[in-house]
Amino acid sequence: MSPITTKPSSGRSDTATTPSTSAYAAIEAGNPRFARLRGSLQQLLAFASLIVIVAVFSFASPHFFTANNLVSILTAATVTGILALGTTFVIITGGIDLSIGTGMVLCGVMAGVFLTYLGWPLWLGVTATIVFGGIIGLVNGVNVSVLGIPPFIATLGMMLIAAGLSLVISGTKPIYFTETPDFQSIMNLSIIPGMRFPLGVAIFIVMIIVAAVLLSKTILGRYTFSIGSNEAATALSGVNVRRWKIIIYTLAGLFVGLAGVLSASRLSSAQPTGGMGLELEAIAAVVIGGTSLQGGKGSIVGTVIGALIMAVLTNGLRIISVPQEWQSVAVGIVILVAVYLDMLRRRRG
Amino acid sequence: MTAALLEVEGVSKGFPGVQALADVQLELRHGEVLALVGENGAGKSTLMKLLAGIHTPDAGTFRLNGRELSIEGPRQAQELGISIIHQEFNLMPDLTVAQNIFIGREHRQAGLFLDDRALNRRAQELFDRLGLALDPAERVEQLTVARQQMVEIAKALSFDAKVLIMDEPTAALNDAEVDVLFELIERFRTADTGVIYISHRMEELSRISDRISVLRDGRYVGTRVTAETAPSEIISLMVGREISGEQRPAPRTPEGEPVLSVRGLSTRQLLREVSFDVHAGEILGFAGLMGAGRTEVARAIVGADRRESGEIRVRGRVVSISSPAEAAGLGIGYLSEDRKQLGVLLERSVRENLVLSSLREYTSGLGFVRDGRIEATGREYVEKLRIKTPSTAQLVQNLSGGNQQKVVIAKWLVKDCDVLIFDEPTRGIDVGAKEEIYGLLRRLADEGKAIIMISSELPEVLRLSDRIAVMAEGRLTAVLDNAEATQENLMDYATRFSSEGTIAR
Repeated sequence: MSPITTKPSSGRSDTATTPSTSAYAAIEAGNPRFARLRGSLQQLLAFASLIVIVAVFSFASPHFFTANNLVSILTAATVTGILALGTTFVIITGGIDLSIGTGMVLCGVMAGVFLTYLGWPLWLGVTATIVFGGIIGLVNGVNVSVLGIPPFIATLGMMLIAAGLSLVISGTKPIYFTETPDFQSIMNLSIIPGMRFPLGVAIFIVMIIVAAVLLSKTILGRYTFSIGSNEAATALSGVNVRRWKIIIYTLAGLFVGLAGVLSASRLSSAQPTGGMGLELEAIAAVVIGGTSLQGGKGSIVGTVIGALIMAVLTNGLRIISVPQEWQSVAVGIVILVAVYLDMLRRRRG
Repeated sequence: MTAALLEVEGVSKGFPGVQALADVQLELRHGEVLALVGENGAGKSTLMKLLAGIHTPDAGTFRLNGRELSIEGPRQAQELGISIIHQEFNLMPDLTVAQNIFIGREHRQAGLFLDDRALNRRAQELFDRLGLALDPAERVEQLTVARQQMVEIAKALSFDAKVLIMDEPTAALNDAEVDVLFELIERFRTADTGVIYISHRMEELSRISDRISVLRDGRYVGTRVTAETAPSEIISLMVGREISGEQRPAPRTPEGEPVLSVRGLSTRQLLREVSFDVHAGEILGFAGLMGAGRTEVARAIVGADRRESGEIRVRGRVVSISSPAEAAGLGIGYLSEDRKQLGVLLERSVRENLVLSSLREYTSGLGFVRDGRIEATGREYVEKLRIKTPSTAQLVQNLSGGNQQKVVIAKWLVKDCDVLIFDEPTRGIDVGAKEEIYGLLRRLADEGKAIIMISSELPEVLRLSDRIAVMAEGRLTAVLDNAEATQENLMDYATRFSSEGTIAR
């Protein structure tokens, strides 16, 4: 017998065949139920850390766990949180969006242009601002998926362009919303009688639900995960990956537009400077929430918990009088610990 | 005469620098399993990609049931009834089984919303029909490789496929799983369907295929009826020359002091008291079942894994090796079974790979890399080992598997190792290139290298080794001279388990 025709089965079969009534028995081993539990366990852990942090601060200071302070934590989390929601989609595809911080500032300036310089009615100006954010995202999406520029570079370019344009368009001066005094209500209007619960926080909560539904219940979310999980295979399955990536970056841009409206509304003015670094805060929230920068894994709940952990830390450290310099150090450590724990868990799993 | 199920006629496809296919024909009849064989680089994959709509042909026609096809994309190929199971898995590990199967074909409500419960139901119906035990809601990354393969197949069959093309579907499967696969193929094969089955394993082809078509160097060579053809004839069609299989090395007695001597090697996980010698000019084969500890022996020797106890001598001198770099310094090179992950830098050039382990010798005092010397060495070894590459600047990923393996071997020769440990040196390499690797190993031994060759293919071990070490459950159960070894007694030693019942037989 020639060696090539000889069955090499002896060396191949690992668990020398156990007698089985059906050949399927061989592939029926495995324990799916347990595995399925693990995904939710991770969110449970993030949530538990949030609870622990809240408990520690509550214990450390009587001023922390009060209705008013909790609302101000939510208020502080709103703008970064909305940026993080949109960018969660991009990161799950395996991409990144560095332009969301300065993009948001540019959107705020554009709100000033639409409402103050052009005198558009409030609803139109706000809508146009959000659409403008979408256009920034659209350009990012085209650069990434049609021109094939790596997301990091494409959005780094956009980050600098947006920062520059904000200054150019505003003439480096803040724009005040003198024509539309109601503009500041979008963020600040108190909607619960008897306490300061701003409309902006309600908008944040609605956007959380919208993003969660989009990610888990729609075709958009499905392809977001699919592209991040294996882009080539998704394309081979007949999904128009280019188009969906453009849509996903555009979606992230719409969130940037909304964040621009809210942050300008909060200050009742469009500030043309700043915004740089905000994208990293948003990305940090996403990462703390367990979304993988490699793509394919992530959740909106995780991102919200991540954004809350960051906001609670900043707020709590201030209340217990930790100097501001040290707050940034603390947040940095939290990011490293969170991501390291996540990697540890994955390696074991 | 009625038209064949699928006809390929006069198909050509060129890529920059290569004519991958030239005037290829193929005919798949109704209800048959047609095996497609050929060496790596013969054009099988390219032909598949044309049928899958990933590439478009430069010339030629495809006909399905006599009707001419123009295949414009992967999706369209599937809708035409051509489903392909690619060699590399095309699954999304983070999605569930059902989500993977119906990706791109989800029913949407209001154009946007999905219903996973309905999707799981659809998948369950499909599995019931195919007789597969898969859980639609399980995430694919949690599945074993074999079950992932089943998902791939279920996906391919979920399209109303007329033609199913499988590229090396059994590469990752054990025997029981191969049986399941063949059962599925038999069930799929009806009067109006057909299967094109690509594989290197001749034994499988005689089990599953009706006819065998052969490609060589991008050209169609011929088709034979499986039942009437000896495997050796197919192989000679593939390589264009006869291959004699019964060669065994001439008996020789090891001379002098052993180059490498291992005594009482144990590791915490697996190895128990492994002792053996290797001499210059000798090939020591390592046989055993998977998990017997052959790779672990190699890893423990080169310091990739921690040793619990044991003594290693190189030319009589006791050495302590704690990393592969130290092993290389002592002239011991380990060539991993996982060539692509651990053997070569796919995205770097041939010459860079060749000098990678010895880069210091190609660096000037100031730390500048001496490109001229690297090029000279690159040329020398490309020629010496007959590495098929247009230049030493070619990226390794563009070489065939056999030539990539030669690059790895050359790397250790450049490093001037005199003990070479080959772990599955011919895995993923086609028949013709295997012969070349065998010849190369023999030549290296004749030049005085001491060679350890780990292989899961007994014929390969018998063909090449002067002596054969057999392992079972982390222990060495025998060291035989080639003359006394047969497949039967090797198998016997490989299944000598210390305690009955730890592994059912």
